[in-house]
Amino acid sequence: MGRRHGLLVVLALIILLNVLFTPNFATLRNAEITLIQVVFVVLVGTGMTLVIALGGIDLSVGAVMGLASVITFQLLPYGPVVVIGAGLLTGLAVGLSNGILIASFGVQPLLVTLGSLIWVRGLAQVLSGGRKEYFQDPAMAFIGLGRVFGIPVQVLVAAVVALLVAMLVARTVFGRWLVAIGGNPNAARLAGLPFMATTVTAYALCGMLAGLAGVFITARVGSSDPTNFGVLIELDAIAAAVVGGTALAGGRANVLGTVIGALMLQLVTAAMIMNNVSFHYALIVKAVIILWAVRMQQAERS
Amino acid sequence: MNVIPPATVTRAGLSPDTIRRSAVAVALLIVLAIGTARSPDFLAVENVMNVLRQNAVLALIALGMTVVIIGGGIDLSVGSVLALTSVVAVKLVAVSIPLALIVPVALGAVIGLGNGLIVARLKIAPFIATLATLLALRGLTIAAFGEETVPLTDGRAAFMAFGRATVAGIPVQVPIVIVAALAVAFVLGFTRFGRAVHAVGGNEHSARLLGLRVDRVKVMIYVISGALAGGAGALFAARIGAGITNYGLGLELDAITAVALGGTLLTGGVGGVGGTLLGVLLIGFLFNLFNLDATLDPFLQKVVRGLLLTLVVVLQGVVARKRT
Repeated sequence: MGRRHGLLVVLALIILLNVLFTPNFATLRNAEITLIQVVFVVLVGTGMTLVIALGGIDLSVGAVMGLASVITFQLLPYGPVVVIGAGLLTGLAVGLSNGILIASFGVQPLLVTLGSLIWVRGLAQVLSGGRKEYFQDPAMAFIGLGRVFGIPVQVLVAAVVALLVAMLVARTVFGRWLVAIGGNPNAARLAGLPFMATTVTAYALCGMLAGLAGVFITARVGSSDPTNFGVLIELDAIAAAVVGGTALAGGRANVLGTVIGALMLQLVTAAMIMNNVSFHYALIVKAVIILWAVRMQQAERS
Repeated sequence: MNVIPPATVTRAGLSPDTIRRSAVAVALLIVLAIGTARSPDFLAVENVMNVLRQNAVLALIALGMTVVIIGGGIDLSVGSVLALTSVVAVKLVAVSIPLALIVPVALGAVIGLGNGLIVARLKIAPFIATLATLLALRGLTIAAFGEETVPLTDGRAAFMAFGRATVAGIPVQVPIVIVAALAVAFVLGFTRFGRAVHAVGGNEHSARLLGLRVDRVKVMIYVISGALAGGAGALFAARIGAGITNYGLGLELDAITAVALGGTLLTGGVGGVGGTLLGVLLIGFLFNLFNLDATLDPFLQKVVRGLLLTLVVVLQGVVARKRT
């Protein structure tokens, strides 16, 4: 618990520094923009938290967003329910493929999902001919920009998803299996825990959340984009999870920590951009934050 | 060139390494046969020389990746190193051409040193460490030089003459790759350091108990990988006459695929340079075949690239499972 409080202190510090030094930071509108922008990383990071807790990694999430985006556009005429279902199914398919290969052949998640990253992105480009497609669609506009009780729909959904997954980890037997297998795969296997089912479920959920993020970004932007949507989001998601206290070596999951981690990273990036620091330097800062967070975990363990 | 643990010899008397390496050689022959059947130009001297010249960059990077993977690590930053060093080479050509070839190698080695220190001293998992370097270097390169192609200006003719030179009809890149491969093979197979790399990759804990300087070995494998990626950056710039700040995305994937195809175990400890070079040739000719008469559009090629890595990784997993 001390760790989560530490995180909140850092988050408060970042907000305070921004209030003091970033012009126009402390406005309600800006707070809302921050929440809207962090939606994709929260969705993908929540799934990534499950996979990392298992001692794995999923590099293919950004490519899944691209593929879900293309499929979203192609299924637009069938209405929003089909579109969202198809986005989830797209992620489910890739996640199942990742999870089954990893669990049944004992191969490194890094390499399997690196392969998926490339072929899924390629598939998105094949299906769309590499083209962005712009569209006007009232239902999609609502999914992208709509509000319920004045709160942006996507923020609401991301919050609900994060809460559900947090409960899944904390309150269900799946969550206990996840952490047990991630903490010590051999012991968990010997104890007869369902290694295969847990692994496949974690990657499947991770894929589905990436698929949902793909539908959301397409609805938000009002166009599909096979090539650019989700590029490098795996890094943001990993960083959010690790900063949030999920152990990279597996065995510990902190979904709400990931949400706080995502907010922190978003605020740091936004602060840099609002202070006219190039996006490319923000990449360097992000890299340093990732290394720092992982290093902190190492220090904690030893 | 391989350290083959005695227990890995199968009933037929063939080591799995031999089987794997023959598999990649057979696959290469099949690709060459299909290519020849499809077009008489496929095995024409000009096309073959072209494939060799174009894949020298991948070969150098895959050689470095072989060392890192045998040592139990992974280096995802090679593509970013290539992009940065290609631009640095271009900027240095105006000063002196030898400098434009040496400085990228040195810069790559320094970046590798950084990777190695992060992995060995900070005890951060190799893929996270090199993923962070990938990101930071790409940001740095684009922030410093813009998201663009940096063309050669002064000394363009001389540098490109080097990049397109031939030695006895063979592209100059070929002897460079061969020398690098022999050097890496010698270091891995015949030096104390080489044995230490195998030991650390095979079982780090035992290596430590044996009194090997594990941290130093870990740092050195990334230095070698970085230096070779830097050399690849210089060769790339000389071949195409420019540095490209956003080039090299996904290059680590091809390099890992080549290494895995060549029979080096992705889990570390076992592997060799010869197989990696065969893996590079297989990838080189395969994608050359796809480009022949535009057989396969670039997007589909990407799908094949990803599936190829997945397939190789899974096959290795199956083989490793059978062995235990």
